[in-house]
Amino acid sequence: MDALLLQVLNGLDKGGAYALIALGLTLVFGTLGVVNFAHGALFMLGAFCAVTFNRLLNLESVVIDPAQKTPWGTPLEVRTPYVEAWLGDFGAFLNDYSVPASIVLAVPVMLAIGIVMERGLIRHFYKRPHADQILVTFGLAIIIQEIIKHFFGANPIPQPAPEAFGGTVYVGEILGMGQTLAYPWWRIVYLFFSLAVIGAVFAFLQFTTYGMVVRAGMHDRQTVGFLGIDIERRFTVVFGLAAVIAGVAGVMYTPIVPPDYHMGMEFLVLSFVVVVVGGMGSLGGAVVAGFLLGILQSFASMNEVKAIIPGIDHVIIYLVAVVILLTLPRGLLGRKGMMED
Amino acid sequence: MKFENVNRRFILKSGAALGVGLAAPMHFIRGAYAEDMSCNMPKGDTVTFGWNVPLTGAYADEGADELKAFQLAVKHLNGEGDGGMIATMKPTALKGNGILGKKVAYVQSDSQTKSDAARDGAKRMVERDGAIMISGGSSSGVAVAVQGLCQELGIIFMSGLTHSNDTTGKDKKRYGFRHFFNAYQSGVALGPVLGQEYGKERRAYHLTADYTWGWTQEESMKAATEKLGWKTVAAVRTPLGAADFSQYITPVLNSGADVLILNHYGKDMVNSLTQSVQFGLRDKQVNGKKFEIVVPLFSELMAQGAGDAVKGIYGTGNWDWKLDDDATKAFTKSFGAEFGSPPSQAAHTCYVQALLYADACERAGTFYAPAVIKALEGFEFDGMGNGKTLYRAEDHQCMKSCVVVKGKENPKDKFDLMEVVKVVPREELDYDPAIFGGELGPSDPKQC
Repeated sequence: MDALLLQVLNGLDKGGAYALIALGLTLVFGTLGVVNFAHGALFMLGAFCAVTFNRLLNLESVVIDPAQKTPWGTPLEVRTPYVEAWLGDFGAFLNDYSVPASIVLAVPVMLAIGIVMERGLIRHFYKRPHADQILVTFGLAIIIQEIIKHFFGANPIPQPAPEAFGGTVYVGEILGMGQTLAYPWWRIVYLFFSLAVIGAVFAFLQFTTYGMVVRAGMHDRQTVGFLGIDIERRFTVVFGLAAVIAGVAGVMYTPIVPPDYHMGMEFLVLSFVVVVVGGMGSLGGAVVAGFLLGILQSFASMNEVKAIIPGIDHVIIYLVAVVILLTLPRGLLGRKGMMED
Repeated sequence: MKFENVNRRFILKSGAALGVGLAAPMHFIRGAYAEDMSCNMPKGDTVTFGWNVPLTGAYADEGADELKAFQLAVKHLNGEGDGGMIATMKPTALKGNGILGKKVAYVQSDSQTKSDAARDGAKRMVERDGAIMISGGSSSGVAVAVQGLCQELGIIFMSGLTHSNDTTGKDKKRYGFRHFFNAYQSGVALGPVLGQEYGKERRAYHLTADYTWGWTQEESMKAATEKLGWKTVAAVRTPLGAADFSQYITPVLNSGADVLILNHYGKDMVNSLTQSVQFGLRDKQVNGKKFEIVVPLFSELMAQGAGDAVKGIYGTGNWDWKLDDDATKAFTKSFGAEFGSPPSQAAHTCYVQALLYADACERAGTFYAPAVIKALEGFEFDGMGNGKTLYRAEDHQCMKSCVVVKGKENPKDKFDLMEVVKVVPREELDYDPAIFGGELGPSDPKQC
């Protein structure tokens, strides 16, 4: 029972990441009709906002001490972080919470990146075939990756979770099942964070006038335009919003997987599968498919399952995608007419 | 002269005699002619080496360190800088004036840690740039692929960081030479230390990268730990390059295992180790014992990515810059002064390989590949950081010491993440080359 519950939890937190990335992808596709292969790179850029914030907090004063030598004989550099020297305990606290605190940096940065990307490049490809959009956004993703690699190197850069959330939480104790069922604190935080972001996005689209116009534009862009609403501008903001969602998902993911320049690509293909399984342009479908595929992937990795079907963990997501698309060609919650031209 | 006797028969006879007469001296100089037949024999005043290192992809930082080491080796071979390990190598024919009077030049290619890209790059460096030797790399899959190509081309391949038993086992080649140690030797080196630290009654769970290196590493660690009396609970293969290992770690929690052996390298190692620690494995008590994690092959550059998670974790390495011998000190000093950081084990092995090839050419007195192969086979040397070392003729594996390392509890800086727990002497790491099979193949020279 513990093993099953662990895999459910595991699938939920994995699904949370898939759902957040797929949500942004679906928003962009549903509003602008653009297949954005650079979306994974936005997730990675968000993660590097956390790395940058951490580095800013750890900017150090360097004093060369000729009395001390490195093992290769050059004078030793003595380094002291400014933040801790100036702010004392609060500096140390800020350093400890640098990952969640870096959302403050990530939101404006990702919004700006999203808007610049849409205005500077993507909008020139609205009326071009999807193949052109895929090529240009994939090329953009590679350029972003190489820029990050140039400045941060190719190695993963560890980002610790705050000390208070660094250990494990005894989920079994909370559920009255004894002490054996433990799960990393930060993964639980990530699950709740992804649920909160998903909820906020849905609330924004459902309960605000701005959201209502965006939804109307997703259904019929031309008619909304006839009503005198500048739908293009709203869609630009939606692109920025999708970049912010991917970015904050990346920020909070850094304590789970140390970020490197390639991390976006690892999620990109899976996220597209999630979008297709959920139904092109369906926000609810993206979320449901994200969690469903995350959980299925976790169960397929159990030794008991692999003993029956060896290698199933490698292909389960694609197998499920094939079955769902054969039985429900528009995906789980796909809308009629979306990408069927 | 009368021409009545000049007939067809006369012309044939005369022609045959003339042919034999002209060909006769060739019998005496056939060795010299064959030397010209070896691929890319240098003709001008330079000899070109080809560095095939991953400059993009998961091992790009390791590749960059290898490239630095090669650049340093070229500098030292050409008599620039402080000479590094040329001063400590014994015996050596190197004089610091190039090789056989020719200056060393180099070309480089990005292997991308992909076999196809690495083979294409190596082929291009040989066929277009005239490289006489190829070296570098940070993956066994790539090393095996490039080694096979070099055998076909008749070009000597001095491999970089490759740890699979297959490189000098079932996939060994006459034209391929490995200085780095292998998975079998990791198992032999690490086993006794694990027995001493964790006892003889342990239950081990393996997570293994699903490719040639992972398989041989798992096999070697199973053999070493089962010899101690440990039981293997399960050995699970994980896809290469997975970011999130949580679905493979959660089954460990209820498996009854009290040791997790991570047969992962590079980014896989960083991710699986970090996540194992996050799942609280190291805080657990199982079977009345503290749960332990073991990483059989440690990489300093990758350990930086795992941060605090490496603390107290045992593993092995080919070499460590903190070793206390003169050769290590000389190399660390040269490298540190040039690049501002200590060399990684990948950098060390590449530097040594470049020097060993150059030395073999000097000793052979030629760049002719079969002669250089002969000079390397069975060559015994010292003063390169691993004590007395033998380039074993039977499988082209360097037989030397290696180190057991442990993640440092209180590192001084990001270069001080591991401490050397034990230097395992060459004699303990010796094995019969026949156990891993394979055939070296011929050393015939090739034209290119």
